[in-house]
Amino acid sequence: MSTKNNKSEQDTENNTPYRSKPFTAITVLLGGTIVLVLGLILSITFGAANINMKTVWTGVFQFDPELTSHQIIQELRLPRALAAALVGAFLAVSGAIMQGMTRNPLASPSIMGVTAGSAFMIAIAFAFFPGTSYVGLMMWSFVGAGLGAGLVFMIGSLSKSGLTPVKLALAGAAVTALLQSISSAIAIHFHVAQDITFWYAGGVAGARWFSVQLMIPVAIVGITLAIIISRSITVLSLGEDVAKGLGQRTRYVKIIGTVVVLLLTGAAVSVAGTVGFIGLVIPHITRFLVGVDYRWIIPCAAVLGAVLLVLADLGARMVNPPYETPVGAITALIGVPFFLYLARREGRGL
Amino acid sequence: MQRRMTSKNKPFIIMMILFLLILVTFFTSLNLGHIRIGPLDVLKTFLGAGTAQDQLVLFDFRLPRMTIALLIGAGLAVSGAILQGVSQNGLADPGILGINAGAGLAVVMFIFFFQGTMTAVGTFSIFIMPLFALIGGIGAAFLIYTLAWKQGVTPVRLILVGIGVNAAFGAGLIIFQLRMNPTDFMQATIWLSGSIWGTNWKFVLSVLPWIIFLIPLAIYKARYLNILNLGDHVATGLGAAVEKERRTLLFIAVALAGSCVAVGGGISFLGLVSPHLARRLVGAKHQLLLPASALMGALLLSIADMIGRNLLAPSEIPVGLVVSALGAPYFIYLLIKVD
Repeated sequence: MSTKNNKSEQDTENNTPYRSKPFTAITVLLGGTIVLVLGLILSITFGAANINMKTVWTGVFQFDPELTSHQIIQELRLPRALAAALVGAFLAVSGAIMQGMTRNPLASPSIMGVTAGSAFMIAIAFAFFPGTSYVGLMMWSFVGAGLGAGLVFMIGSLSKSGLTPVKLALAGAAVTALLQSISSAIAIHFHVAQDITFWYAGGVAGARWFSVQLMIPVAIVGITLAIIISRSITVLSLGEDVAKGLGQRTRYVKIIGTVVVLLLTGAAVSVAGTVGFIGLVIPHITRFLVGVDYRWIIPCAAVLGAVLLVLADLGARMVNPPYETPVGAITALIGVPFFLYLARREGRGL
Repeated sequence: MQRRMTSKNKPFIIMMILFLLILVTFFTSLNLGHIRIGPLDVLKTFLGAGTAQDQLVLFDFRLPRMTIALLIGAGLAVSGAILQGVSQNGLADPGILGINAGAGLAVVMFIFFFQGTMTAVGTFSIFIMPLFALIGGIGAAFLIYTLAWKQGVTPVRLILVGIGVNAAFGAGLIIFQLRMNPTDFMQATIWLSGSIWGTNWKFVLSVLPWIIFLIPLAIYKARYLNILNLGDHVATGLGAAVEKERRTLLFIAVALAGSCVAVGGGISFLGLVSPHLARRLVGAKHQLLLPASALMGALLLSIADMIGRNLLAPSEIPVGLVVSALGAPYFIYLLIKVD
C-alpha cells in the first residue's frame, strides 16, 4: 500500500492517508475485549434489583433455580447483556461493510433498506394484527429486512451500468424513503405511531434467551463471512476500477457483502429495534483508530460496537430508574463527542 | 430513451416542459378540493367575476397554499443541489446540515413544553412554531459549521461533523417524543413527516423574500460550484477564493432550507432527489442544474400537495409522505433505465 496521500482520489473516502495501523488495532482488540468483559459484568450486576458480585458469579456459573436473584440473572440480565454485545457488534460490522463497499461515508446499514423494510413490516403487524407476540414481531421484522434489502439489490442489479456503489447507495435511499413513507402513513392512519416508536426505541430491554439463540448462528455465519471478504472490501474501498484492475470479481464481493449486511442488520433490528448511530459512526471511529485495512477494521468495529451498546444499555437503565431511557439516545450521547473530536483531529483538507 | 442530443437548446426545452407541467398542475390543483370549482369559474374568479364563495376558497385557501408548495419545493431542491455540489456527495441533502433535525427538535420541544399552555390554533402559536423551527434549523447548521471549522471547512469534515451532530439531535428528539402524550406525539409526527400547514398569505410573504432573493443568487454563484467540484487544489489554482465561496454557498443552502422547513415541516427526500432527477435531464453544469432543480422541486411538491389534499379527503396525508411515495418509484425507474 502506498502511503502517498493521493489528494484527488479521496473525494469520497475519509481522508486518512492510506495506511493501516496494526499495532493500534491489536491494542484496540485487546483493550476493547477487556472493557467488554467488564461492561458485561457491570451490566449483569446493576439493575432495579440489588445483587452483589458474589451472587452474580454463582448465578452465572452455579445456577440455582430456587433463588430469585439467580432467576433474575439467568432469565433477564444475562441474555440482555449478551444481546446488547451481539447487536452492537452486528451493526458496527454491517456499517463498516456498507461504507467500504459504497465508498461513501454517509452509508450505514439502514441505507441498505434493511431497517426500513423491517419497520414497514412492523407497522403492518401493529396496524392489522394487533396482539402479535414478541417472537412473532421478531419474525415479521426479519422478513421485512429481507424484503427491503432484496428490493435495493434488485434495483441496483437491474440498472444498465450494473451495480455501481453510487447506484447501490441511491437505490437504498430511494427504497428507504418509499417504505418509510408507507409505514408512516399506516402509523398515522391507524394511530399506532407511538406504539411503533416505543417498540423501536426499546433497545435490548425485551431480549431473552430466545433472542440470543437467534443471534448466535447469525453471528457465526455473518462475522465469519465478513472476515473472509474483509481483504476484498479493502481493495473495493479503493474504487471499483482499481479492484477490477487487480482482478477482483467485484460482483461476488458485493453479493456476499450484501448478504452479510442483511443477516447481521436484520437480526439486530429484529431483536433491538433501530439503534441509530452505531452502524454509521463506529466504522468511522474504527477507521480513525486503525487505518484503512478492513482485515483490522471489521474485528475492531465488532468489539467497539459491542462495548458501546453494552455500556449504553447500562446507561439506559441507570439514568432514570425504574424507567428505561431509549438506548439509541444514550449511544449517541456517549459516542458523538468522541466522534466529533476524531473528525476534527483527522479530517484534514482534501 | 432517445439518444442524448447535443443541441444547446435541449436543457431549455426541458425546462420549458417542466414549467408547463407546473402550470397544468397549478390549475388542476386549483379546481380540486372539498369544494369543486370548474376551470371556467376559476378564470371568472381571477377576473373578479366569481361568486363570493369561490373567491374565498381560491384566494384565501388554495392559492396561498399552492404558492407555498411551489416556493418550498423550489427552495429545498436548490438547497439540496448546492449541498451535493459543495460536499461532493450524492447522498447529501438539507438534512445533512442538521437543518431538519435541528428544526424538528425545536418544534418537538415547543410542543412538549408549551402546547398545553396555549390554545392550539392561536395566531401566536401558528407563527411561533415556524419561528422555533427556523431558529432550530439555522442554529444546528451554525453549530455544524463551527465544529467543522479548522483553518477552513473541507467537504469531508463537513459531512462527518454533520453526521455526528445529526445523531445527537436525533437522540434528543427521541427522548422528548417518547415522553409526549399521544395527541402531542401525533402532532409532532405529522410535523416531522412534513406538512404544509401555513395556509395564508402571511406565510407566503414570510417565505417569498428568501426564495426570490436566494435562488437567483445561487444561480449567479453556480460557476463556483462547478469549480469547487474539481477539488480544492484545482479550484485554488484557478483563482477561486475557495473557502469564501463555499461559505457563501453553504449559507444560501442553509437559509433556503431553514425557511422552507419552518413552513413545511420535515419534508425529506425532496432535497435529495430533485437535483438527481434534474441532473439526468439537463446534465451536471450548475448554471443549468440549479434552475432545473428548482423547477423539478416545485413540480414534485405541488403534485404531492394536490394528492395529499385530495386522496383521502377530508383527512390530509402529510405532503412529505406523498413526495417520498411518488418520487421514490420515479427515481428508481430512472436508476434502472437511464445511465
